[in-house]
Amino acid sequence: MLKSPAVLVSNASLHYQDKILFDQLNFHLAAGQTTCLLGMSGIGKSRFLQLIAGLNSMSAPVVTTCDQKGLAGRLAYMPQTHALLPWLTILDNVVLGYRLRRDNKPYIQAQELLHQLGLNDAINKYPAQLSGGMQQRAMLARVLLEKRPIVLMDEPFSALDTLTRYHLQELTANALKDHTVLLVTHDPLEALRLGHHIAIMSGEPAKINFINCDLADLPPRSLNNPKLLQWQIKLLSMLQELK
Amino acid sequence: MVPFIILRNQFSNRIAQLQKFVIALWPLKLNACKQLFFKIYPLFFHKISIPIWFIMIWECLIRILQLPNYILPTPFEVLYSLINHAGLIASQTLPTLAEILFGLFFGIVLGVAIALSMCLFRTLHAFLLPLLLASQALPVFAIAPLLVLWFGYGITAKIITTTFMLFFPITNNFLDGLKQTPESYLNIAEIMNSNRWQVLYQIRIPAALPNLASGIRLATAMAPLGAIIGEWVGSNQGLGFLLLNANAQMQIDLMFAVLVIIFFLGIFLYFLVDTLLNLALPWTLLKSA
Repeated sequence: MLKSPAVLVSNASLHYQDKILFDQLNFHLAAGQTTCLLGMSGIGKSRFLQLIAGLNSMSAPVVTTCDQKGLAGRLAYMPQTHALLPWLTILDNVVLGYRLRRDNKPYIQAQELLHQLGLNDAINKYPAQLSGGMQQRAMLARVLLEKRPIVLMDEPFSALDTLTRYHLQELTANALKDHTVLLVTHDPLEALRLGHHIAIMSGEPAKINFINCDLADLPPRSLNNPKLLQWQIKLLSMLQELK
Repeated sequence: MVPFIILRNQFSNRIAQLQKFVIALWPLKLNACKQLFFKIYPLFFHKISIPIWFIMIWECLIRILQLPNYILPTPFEVLYSLINHAGLIASQTLPTLAEILFGLFFGIVLGVAIALSMCLFRTLHAFLLPLLLASQALPVFAIAPLLVLWFGYGITAKIITTTFMLFFPITNNFLDGLKQTPESYLNIAEIMNSNRWQVLYQIRIPAALPNLASGIRLATAMAPLGAIIGEWVGSNQGLGFLLLNANAQMQIDLMFAVLVIIFFLGIFLYFLVDTLLNLALPWTLLKSA
């Protein structure tokens, strides 16, 4: 079993077109647990995710892991859009990481995963032939197949219909059990279902505050829990106040 | 009097009925005319009828302006000459076709090689760019005599002329594509721990293939021009040679026949290459959802 380390972000600063997105920001991801990050759009959540992924070469390295081994090769990242290569079929896109590293391609596992995600008919299609929700599911399949201990996801379920989203949240939570996950989302209910920890990003420059929800059961949580629905209303009003 | 009144009433009724009938029918008839018109008029702009229009206008021009056939031969004369000189034209088409195809092949190879090396090595980029621009600033017409001097009257000089003309649009387009790989694709590859060569081979080159394809299409359209310029400057065979000869001997109908062959050669080549490119890059034809 992969040991998933905790991730620490210390003193992160990022400027974007004369605007300070965040300054001296500290944040951490608990080891082997899912952290959900809520916040208004345009606040810099995606930029923050990219910073953790090491995609912003402008900034000095501010991200460390608790076991001091660094992030290289231990991280999977699911961007919001434009992540599928248009010249590869869905199956080849899903095993892209293995193609790029010239490893053995796990086609059978990839097919199983696509089957679970309801993309059976799309295996040999090109991304342009798929709807937005199907493309998102294919990206999800790729991230899950990478089998990395740390997973960063940028609104992975935003383009899906309610039923599929509900099903895939459960599937993702089970597949990423004991992984260190950071999930960016707009939806408080999604955060409450999937997160061991919930944080809200707000302000300019942005700050991140953890919310202590003390929900007893472990994710993926059932929606029957009345406490969860109460928290949804609280989170919504919190987000509204920030606006 | 009564029967007369009845008769008159009947008559006026009939007229009224007829009027109603005509009024009812008139727009219908118009509609039918309209429908017929809408059915027929696209035929005038059909891809097959445009050459027919062209030929008809050509014929009419000669009739109206009374042009002598040493200025502009009639379409029929050109067709006649085409059939008459079929053997000659066919034997001269082969070398030209070979020049075009070899020139295109070497142009693509050279263009791709230059673009790739310029993309990979910064210093080479700085060194080659002015050289490339200079090569295009010099007209091919000016260099062709030199090439004939160095490589003789044979096919080699023409292939070099054609290659020289065709590699630039390919290099230019492909290099553009290689420089504009979307940031998001490169980010994904970076996180997946891909090395530089795999990024080039699996991400940057495939992402630039649509640009390469448009470069090749452009080069294909230019290819016959390169070969014929080469033949004009100095040769003993080929369609360009035949064109020059026919012009010198005032065989204007033969000249037109050769032009027709060059025209169809160019069109056929373009559609062949276009079809092959579309088959090779099927994803470029898909509209994104």
